[in-house]
Amino acid sequence: MTDIQIQGDLAPVDARLTGPAPQEAIHHGPTAADRARSVIKHILLIAASVIMIYPLLWLIASSLRPTEVIFRTPGLWLNDLYVENYTQGWYALSYPFGQYIINSAIVVVGSIAGNLLACTLAAYAFARLKFRLRGLWFAIMLLTLMLPFHVLVVPQYILFNALGWVNTFVPLILPKFLAVDAFFVFLMVQFIRGIPRELDEAARIDGCGHWKIFSKVMLPLMGPAIATTAIFTFIWVWSDFFTPLIYLTDPIAYTVPVALRSFLDATAGSNWGAMFAMSVVTLIPLFLVFLFGQRFLVKGIATTGGK
Amino acid sequence: MSAVSELSTIHRVKAKTPEEKRLAAREAGRDNKAGYLFLLPWLIGLVVIVAGPMFASLYLSFTNYSLIQAPEFIGLDNYVRMFNDPRLLKSLSVTFIYVIVGVPAQLIVALAIAMLLNEGMKGLAIYRSIFYLPSMLGASVAIALLWRQMFEADGVVNQILRLFGFQATTSWIADPQFALWTIILLHVWTFGSPMVIFLAGLRQIPGMYYEAASVDGASKWAQFRKITLPLLSPIIFFNLVLQIINAFQSFTQAYVVSNGTGGPADSTLFYTLYLYQRGFVQFQMGYASAMAWLLVVIIAAFTAINFYFSKRWVFYGD
Repeated sequence: MTDIQIQGDLAPVDARLTGPAPQEAIHHGPTAADRARSVIKHILLIAASVIMIYPLLWLIASSLRPTEVIFRTPGLWLNDLYVENYTQGWYALSYPFGQYIINSAIVVVGSIAGNLLACTLAAYAFARLKFRLRGLWFAIMLLTLMLPFHVLVVPQYILFNALGWVNTFVPLILPKFLAVDAFFVFLMVQFIRGIPRELDEAARIDGCGHWKIFSKVMLPLMGPAIATTAIFTFIWVWSDFFTPLIYLTDPIAYTVPVALRSFLDATAGSNWGAMFAMSVVTLIPLFLVFLFGQRFLVKGIATTGGK
Repeated sequence: MSAVSELSTIHRVKAKTPEEKRLAAREAGRDNKAGYLFLLPWLIGLVVIVAGPMFASLYLSFTNYSLIQAPEFIGLDNYVRMFNDPRLLKSLSVTFIYVIVGVPAQLIVALAIAMLLNEGMKGLAIYRSIFYLPSMLGASVAIALLWRQMFEADGVVNQILRLFGFQATTSWIADPQFALWTIILLHVWTFGSPMVIFLAGLRQIPGMYYEAASVDGASKWAQFRKITLPLLSPIIFFNLVLQIINAFQSFTQAYVVSNGTGGPADSTLFYTLYLYQRGFVQFQMGYASAMAWLLVVIIAAFTAINFYFSKRWVFYGD
């Protein structure tokens, strides 16, 4: 029952986003009351914006202050830049912080490659190919979307541990090559359904096999869905804490979030300046992805509900 | 493009001779094989990474297993023990409070801001980015660490309160009364993603409904209750279901804010955090599996209740 509901709910949201712009109310020219209301609204929104953004600005300001000052200054003004936090933070743990960034980069790149490959393949099958039990498999795929990750994590750990893969990146990357993130399969199925069937039928008449149709017709048209998947994978994998916490126990294998958390033990939670400096470093890639990928994020999140 | 669509119309319109039927059947057979080939990675994943572990964890939940010795079958013992485990009951109540307070609070803020942002106002894109950004960063360890500092005794929140003349000396994260609320606040702070969904929904409500209502003298509040809420209810429902499912699985913030303990006095012992402690600190794999299955049941129950009550308030048009 739930799977049908999901489809029913998701489709209209998608249509709402891509549908025609709504009719604007007819304007009669602003009255004084309208203008007053508009001013009040902007004041409210600016106040809310300040509250929302203040912790982030304060984090950046604090990363450039000596730790003693952090605990005295709620202000954002910096008289001089204490960049020592960054050099101290970089070398505060067992390995230079660059090691953890490289680790995270490997996992992120592997995960994106895996998700793009496996999810596009599965989505093409679900959206375009007629095969036996397709409806059943599709329903199962939607159900796995709702399944709490925790119900799988213990046996997965036992399995990967038995295979000797603890403290390697395999348990983090391999599942992506097997399209375990049903969220993206679903997102891509929705997208392919919007591509006119005439295109692949024409290719089929021209004698193209499924692989050719997939690689020459579908993939080039799936740009937005692929971008959305890549961006979301980046953000989730870069921030993921639970999985690396379980599988990566050797400091040399730490990804960025696990390394950052270990600041609490390494410095007994006292060197806040260094910790904040490295926090800023780990947030920069997220911020850049947000900045350049916002368009895809907004669309993807409205299509599928995000996380 | 036109040639393409023409070709396909010919293809569809032509009546089918037996020869063509045979060809179509062969093509369907080819589809069948191709379908499973394209689906292969997903199918392997389903068996090895999802379904297999799922049934394995169901079995393990009836055993005593510490990774060293073979699993020992103990029937329903884990489940019986769970209901006599004060920490488990505590973790359930912590998680329920987080879900029942945090999710609606976040959705109300998201809807309120989305309402303010609607109507194609000046600076919309900038406001939207500012409100959306925290939801992209909120799941990270960096933000959780920041939260930890902000709500310490000399953290920035108390510094600001002192500027306003309050005697603020409590450490919010060290006080069992308040620690959970700092994490709920963090959850509300990340209202950006439901806000984006609400914005998309609001844009689709025709402006003329409001015009007609104000001509008839309906107040803004009446318009909100009679037009906005009913027309937006499917989206509110969608957000509610998904956010509840996700909130039950929250882990990172509680782990970082309490440094893995769930303290002070278990006041931030989220269910998944306790599951982690049992499974991956104490290596009681059987007990952790039983806990995971209880979580499945709870989430399924909440989702079912949601769907049941949705008939009373969710409006799917005519």
